[in-house]
Amino acid sequence: MQNNANMNQVSRARRIAWIRQGLAALSVMALTVILGWTVWTLPPFSDRMPSLVAANLSNSGVENPVTAVLLNFRGYDTLLEIGVLLLAAVGVLSLAPKSDRSAETAPAQIQILLLRLLPFIVIVAAYLLWVGKYAPGGAFQAGAVLAAGGVLLVTSAVRLNHIAVKSIPIGLSIGLLTFLAVALATMISGRNFLQYPLPWAGALILAIEAAATISIAVILTILFIGRKPDGG
Amino acid sequence: MNSFLLYALVGIVLLGMGLYRLVMDPHLVKKILALNISGAGVFLFLVAVADRIPGAAPDPVPHAMVLTGIVVGVSATAVALSLACRIKENNGTTELSKNEPE
Repeated sequence: MQNNANMNQVSRARRIAWIRQGLAALSVMALTVILGWTVWTLPPFSDRMPSLVAANLSNSGVENPVTAVLLNFRGYDTLLEIGVLLLAAVGVLSLAPKSDRSAETAPAQIQILLLRLLPFIVIVAAYLLWVGKYAPGGAFQAGAVLAAGGVLLVTSAVRLNHIAVKSIPIGLSIGLLTFLAVALATMISGRNFLQYPLPWAGALILAIEAAATISIAVILTILFIGRKPDGG
Repeated sequence: MNSFLLYALVGIVLLGMGLYRLVMDPHLVKKILALNISGAGVFLFLVAVADRIPGAAPDPVPHAMVLTGIVVGVSATAVALSLACRIKENNGTTELSKNEPE
């Protein structure tokens, strides 16, 4: 009798698991089919957004349409995105384990790689930052390349001096702060939020992107290692 | 079937596969992976949508959205992995229990 009840319970649990799996599979499939059908029957191409971008590109201060959208037409998106990055870094740092890795050493190959690669990484990042005005490139690409250098720096167990450690919070926040300062300055001068004056637009965008590149590199490095870099 | 449709539909299928695993898999790291796969599906879809007319210049607006999305995805993944590490530290496992309260 006891055995029978147990068996019943097991088969009941198994049935519930089956029903759950089936329901999840069915609803995901339904969503996929609905989305697929919507794409299949999309109305003929509307070129309103691309033509709006093309028409206003000469007022944006840059020549690359993607950069114009990111930092001018939809600048608030990018502002909030840097805010999200900073929040993520704060979250990761506050969850970081308190482990002491001072005894860690890196293989010599990584240190040689670091010495050889770091100058090129910095040059490529600066080039990507600059070229974003005219062609694919910009703060995020440059920041990601620079972050690769940061990861290399951390994995080669280089000890940062106290000035570098002190400037980590500045590096984390300089992108968001510069962006906010420009946004507030445009409002104080009687324009809309992030509406750059045309003769300054290119320079302002480059300044924001340069600050954002530093922040993105520092934040991505911290997200990678999941704790504060070691001080020496 | 042109290439736009192919890429867009593959993106939607990836989204579906990721969502299913996200809901059904009890392992936290696999959930995070699944979330990333569905995110990749959305990015693929947006990039495909940006280039619907063969020959014409692609629409820069979805491209900018994907750039923003990649960064937000990386941040979310990093925070989720830190949380998973913390859960592993506290509970000794990254699996959610199968008989959670109904």
